[in-house]
Amino acid sequence: MSDIEVPVLQDYVPTPELHVGAMAGLKPFKASPEHQAALGFPGTLVDDWKDVAIRRLGELVEGSRALRVYLDSCVKCGACTDKCHYFLGTADPRNMPVARQDLLRKVYRRYYTWAGRLFPWLVGATDLTEQVLDDWYSYYHQCSQCRRCSVYCPFGIDTAEVSMAAREILDSVGVGQKYCNEILGKVHKIGNNLGLPEPALRNTLEGLEEDVKEATGVDIRFPVDVVGAEVLLITPSADFFAEPHIDGLIGYAKVFHQAGISWTVSSQASEAANFAMFIGSREQMQKVAQRVRDAAIALKVKRIVIGECGHAWRVAYAFWSTLIGPLDFLDPRYPRPQHICELTEGLIARGALKLDPSANDDKVVTFHDSCNVARATRMGDRPGGQFTVPRSVIRSVCAHFVDMDPATIGDRTFCCGGGGGLLTDDLMELRVKGALPRLQALNTVVQDKKVTHMAAICAICKTQFSKVLPYYGLPREMVVSVHQLVGDAIVLGAKE
Amino acid sequence: MSAWTLAYAVLLYVAFVVLVGGVVYRVAIYAMTPAPLRIPTMPAPRTKRGVALRMGREVALFASLFRGDKWAWIWSYLFHASLLLVLLQHLRYVFVPVPAWVVYESPFGSYAAFVLLISLAGLLGRRLMIARVRFVSAPSDYLMLVLLLLIATTGAWMRFAAPVDIVGFKAFMQGVMALDLKPLPASPVIMIHVASVGALMLVFPFSKLLHAPGVFFSPTRNQADTSRLEAQAEGSVAAADAQQRDPGTAAPALREGVR
Repeated sequence: MSDIEVPVLQDYVPTPELHVGAMAGLKPFKASPEHQAALGFPGTLVDDWKDVAIRRLGELVEGSRALRVYLDSCVKCGACTDKCHYFLGTADPRNMPVARQDLLRKVYRRYYTWAGRLFPWLVGATDLTEQVLDDWYSYYHQCSQCRRCSVYCPFGIDTAEVSMAAREILDSVGVGQKYCNEILGKVHKIGNNLGLPEPALRNTLEGLEEDVKEATGVDIRFPVDVVGAEVLLITPSADFFAEPHIDGLIGYAKVFHQAGISWTVSSQASEAANFAMFIGSREQMQKVAQRVRDAAIALKVKRIVIGECGHAWRVAYAFWSTLIGPLDFLDPRYPRPQHICELTEGLIARGALKLDPSANDDKVVTFHDSCNVARATRMGDRPGGQFTVPRSVIRSVCAHFVDMDPATIGDRTFCCGGGGGLLTDDLMELRVKGALPRLQALNTVVQDKKVTHMAAICAICKTQFSKVLPYYGLPREMVVSVHQLVGDAIVLGAKE
Repeated sequence: MSAWTLAYAVLLYVAFVVLVGGVVYRVAIYAMTPAPLRIPTMPAPRTKRGVALRMGREVALFASLFRGDKWAWIWSYLFHASLLLVLLQHLRYVFVPVPAWVVYESPFGSYAAFVLLISLAGLLGRRLMIARVRFVSAPSDYLMLVLLLLIATTGAWMRFAAPVDIVGFKAFMQGVMALDLKPLPASPVIMIHVASVGALMLVFPFSKLLHAPGVFFSPTRNQADTSRLEAQAEGSVAAADAQQRDPGTAAPALREGVR
């Protein structure tokens, strides 16, 4: 903990002086040949890696209008340069979104454009060298694909698309990232990111039933593989055991219980996360998503509800229709899929839950908009519902709610610092420094508005904050699930 | 007919073909490249009309840039707006007779040259002075601004400081368009002005100037928020009806609020 130079929280986040190469040495662990093989990628750097990488880049550009337009269109205006939390936290100019894109763009220009072939020095085009490959591995694993930069870009250039493509190229030449690829292997083999096999999952949930019974005196069920249930809950596996995630899971269960909605989790698809998005592999992403469709059909459920997980909600909301859609076998009276916050908000609006907000009177709560929820999805039926729905749920169960600086919430929200497949200890320095802008805004409301808790609806955010808050002298217990607040405020047994 | 006249006519023909052909080719490629996944930056409009409005705000007002960087917005907005006025003013070399609205626009188009010069200086200044922008600038980024400054300076020079034979130049332009060449007035300033415009046209389809057509094809901005299968309207009506008839026996699913 001590060997990381933790930034000092001030009244604002200063735009740092450039420190070229500050983070060049930081690289996540590489995937082992076994992890690579499980996903169909070469185990180690292939001999003709240069040709393979250039060919793969061409294929990706052919297959993605976004990538093609974005590699052509940047005018280097600089609007994005002070928007990335990793740049603000590390001062390394290659963590400026445009500079990160340029690592790939300069190679694209060299091999795929006339200007770059004829006058590389003029247009900043370069050959693909080992140094470039090395930079790709460093800096494309210092992007959490949060898309904050794309909000401010006059052309909507989305660095996440570039970073996903770069990781896909790296995988194709045999240089994968251990964290993401090992986890994807577990999903394929066992069904979830944690590698929690079915008996262990059942055991965990049975234990949870006992705990909740002990705490509340009420029999609240955590069902697994119940055929014919109304709802299939797809939630991040961290919800099954990690703190503070598990209190969110208890919250969902109490909501289902009180509303009288039968539900189940699936042992086959016991994971909402889809890390294939992070590595840019559409094929893997489809495979991981297909488990959910298969499970929903096998369990004959009417609805799919997604738990508190940011990128999972993006994949479900924005990509499922392409990957595994249409979900027309589900009940058309509900959004397909539906977010747990939408479900809870609807129940509260109809008065179907009896709530006692005084249970949360000891808290002053703020809300962290998770990047994927904020900038890639919606909740409810109006644009911006992804911001209003969770806040509405929190306000219903909690009397004291304040927002952080408007420039750091909504679609301008800062990433927690651990998204996009970077939630690994080997990137701890990056995670601590990247959390700076969010924690500066949090610290300000802690000081000025006496905020005690920050609620989140993303498993990655919750884990990341729990880990990095202590570096900044803030208590890790500040982070709570939105559905923990809900669960604590629900009056059980008070059904109409 | 002088060699200069021939050379400049050829330059304009080639530049025109490269500009139009190059941009059409590029746009065709953009249009044909698949965009399988829905990636609009949210909150995004839910209808085509909403997308058109969003794109209109981007193209006409540079809405995202305004949120991102006020100084960059000021310089680039002034640059693009004054360039547009100046270009409209130049339509007098294209149309015979000159349409009335071009005549009325003419003073605006003339004086916009000064705004053009100031904004280009602003853009160049921030590229040189802001370390973050300097870090991401290639030689071509500076040269592009220098080229535009050259075009604007020579143009303003001819308009306000040292008038040239614009009647003769118009005859040359008409000749070029009619494929019946007339002599190019022997003025070095005209020659520099036209040559640099030709150069800009030539580099357009091979450079970052592709941002102009590119923005219309940007999936984060031109996709509607329609990827989810939403609850069907008749479903929610039926649900609301059911509850109104008999709130007590409405199924839990209906009570919770079908959207």
